Amino acid sequence: MSAPDHAPTLVRASPAERLAPWLPVALVPLLAAIGLAAIGEASTWLTLSVAGLAMGMMIFIMASGLTLVFGLMDVINFGHGAFISVGAFVGVTALLALSGMTGADSVALNIAALILAIIAAMIATGAMGYVFERVVVMPAYGSHLKQILVTMGGLIVVEQLIYVIWGPDAIFISRPATLQGSLTFGDAAIETYRIAAVVIGLLLFAAMRLVLTRTKIGLLVRAGVADGEMVQALGYRIRRLFVMVFVAGSALAGLGGVMWGLYQQTITAPMGQEVMILVFIVVIIGGLGSVGGCFIGALLVGLLANYVAFLAPKVALVSNIALMVAILMWRPEGLYAVVRAK
Amino acid sequence: MLIRLISGDRPRSLVLTIVLVAILVGLALAPFLFPGTRSLETAARICIFIVLVASYDLLLGYSGIVSFAHTMFFGIGAYGVAIALNGMGPGWGPILLGAAAGAALAAALALVIGLFSLRVKAIFFAMITLAVASAFAVLVSQLSGFTGGEDGLNYRIPRVLTPAFKLFDQRVFGVSVNGRVLCYYFVFFASLVLFLAMLRVVNSPFGRVLQAIRENAFRAEAIGYRVVYYRTFANVLSAGAAALAGVLIAIWLRYTGPATTLSLEIMIDVLLIVVIGGMGTMYGAVVGATLFIVAQNYLQNLMGIAADVTAGVPILSGILDPNRWLLWLGLLFILSVYLFPTGVVGRLRERKS
Repeated sequence: MSAPDHAPTLVRASPAERLAPWLPVALVPLLAAIGLAAIGEASTWLTLSVAGLAMGMMIFIMASGLTLVFGLMDVINFGHGAFISVGAFVGVTALLALSGMTGADSVALNIAALILAIIAAMIATGAMGYVFERVVVMPAYGSHLKQILVTMGGLIVVEQLIYVIWGPDAIFISRPATLQGSLTFGDAAIETYRIAAVVIGLLLFAAMRLVLTRTKIGLLVRAGVADGEMVQALGYRIRRLFVMVFVAGSALAGLGGVMWGLYQQTITAPMGQEVMILVFIVVIIGGLGSVGGCFIGALLVGLLANYVAFLAPKVALVSNIALMVAILMWRPEGLYAVVRAK
Repeated sequence: MLIRLISGDRPRSLVLTIVLVAILVGLALAPFLFPGTRSLETAARICIFIVLVASYDLLLGYSGIVSFAHTMFFGIGAYGVAIALNGMGPGWGPILLGAAAGAALAAALALVIGLFSLRVKAIFFAMITLAVASAFAVLVSQLSGFTGGEDGLNYRIPRVLTPAFKLFDQRVFGVSVNGRVLCYYFVFFASLVLFLAMLRVVNSPFGRVLQAIRENAFRAEAIGYRVVYYRTFANVLSAGAAALAGVLIAIWLRYTGPATTLSLEIMIDVLLIVVIGGMGTMYGAVVGATLFIVAQNYLQNLMGIAADVTAGVPILSGILDPNRWLLWLGLLFILSVYLFPTGVVGRLRERKS
């Protein structure tokens, strides 16, 4: 008996095959180019693009936690919006308390106040995330229906508690002095705050990628997303990992909430719920569980929202639905399908 | 005969039977038992919500699909009638035309959304419907030339249904039977027919297949039922019924606006009612809607009193404020999902056995 006769050969993947994973990345410059062609004026386009990128970054910050939680534990958290609202309220309360620092004519003090506010918001929402996971989400593992229902119930309760604590009225907030005003490049005026938002978003994305690809915890999280049972079989407690990711995701939602609140300059209890609609669109476009897809999806949604708001303001939100439909027609499980349909 | 009318779906509990009969009699004789404008408003709202909630239960309870677009279909029906009455003046023609157009549009939209998103993953459906519904609400408030925008539409309905019309010159049992009472009976009987029709649907072989899919979609597919088609058809039926409920509220209120039909608050109310009343039982919709709306109209007064009593205590008076009643409902909702997933009706039925 001899081995069956076959001679395996290694063929280099064709350029098209090697490019395929990068195709979604190309969508962002493509959309920007279409936007430039449709708007015509370079300075307006630049202003809109930066606004779009800033919005995209903030949505990414809010959405990344949600998508990781889903990927890791197959848990969908409709109450994520509550963390966004709470983050905004805690952060803004901190900023108002530090008004001496935010109003001062010193860049260092302004930034310090903002960082303190962000830390306060992230600690508050992180702690809340821990409690939320323990009390509301944990008993609902494995049943999507129950998860959607109880997390929605959690959202209602938290929103009402915000009303109880902070009162029913919207709170207006002005940004720290350094982040007010705008810079001009040629004819284009770009708000300083948007540039700051883009920078924070990029830093966060880079940090997240580093943690996910270069650390052991990141390795475990990625392995958990790919095959949780196997990770457990190798002796790691995936539960603990999951709680960590849930808390981190909630804290990120808090950060996103502060940034979104300062962007809108008004905060209300239902604000989280309103942003969640964009967050869901982004998470679906990116593919549930994929951080990279989520990043690209957020940029696409942010850019498109700003271009369309300028070109045809009446259909701004509908355009995002159209984008989602178009992407799902192309890739039914989102740009990067990490979690197989269960 | 009676059993046939309720499609053989008996309440299976003595207490439940008594409660259901009491609700039926109460609603049927509402204008005479509880005279007054406010109680008639409450009764009509209960009838309409029973239909709306039952149609949502068809989806959530019987098919295991979570949709957040139900108020969108409700709104489409309401706006269909509103736009027709607004454009063509009062008459039965515009009502029929608006109702048919609204129901057809709702069904078509449900078909598209269903075929598009139900084949991928049930959880996508919840998110996609949420996004589509909010986009629709924004669209309606933007197209103000057509829909009246945020202000909504005020219109006149046929004179027979308005308070100015008197059926009898004398009072009947001390109540003057005017067009408003006729309008109430129109809403009541339409709701009753729609409810019985839905009861028929869930007790048909089709309804059994839906329940099989809810329990185990994979197995149902293996037996040979096309899960996507069944789910989509359930979505279409439920959307059509919701649109007809919207038609009723448009006629009853003589006003249609985003706040009365499309808002997410109504969606959350519907979700709360279904879960508290009992998922997967049509009677849950009846009990839940009645409890909820009576509570909404009268319990808030009680909370107001409680808040006044505790006015000095900072947090306690805050959580007892009548505007915070959703806080308590939210807690009740979470508890009922965990502790009584079958809701009030399920508890009543268990007690018997």
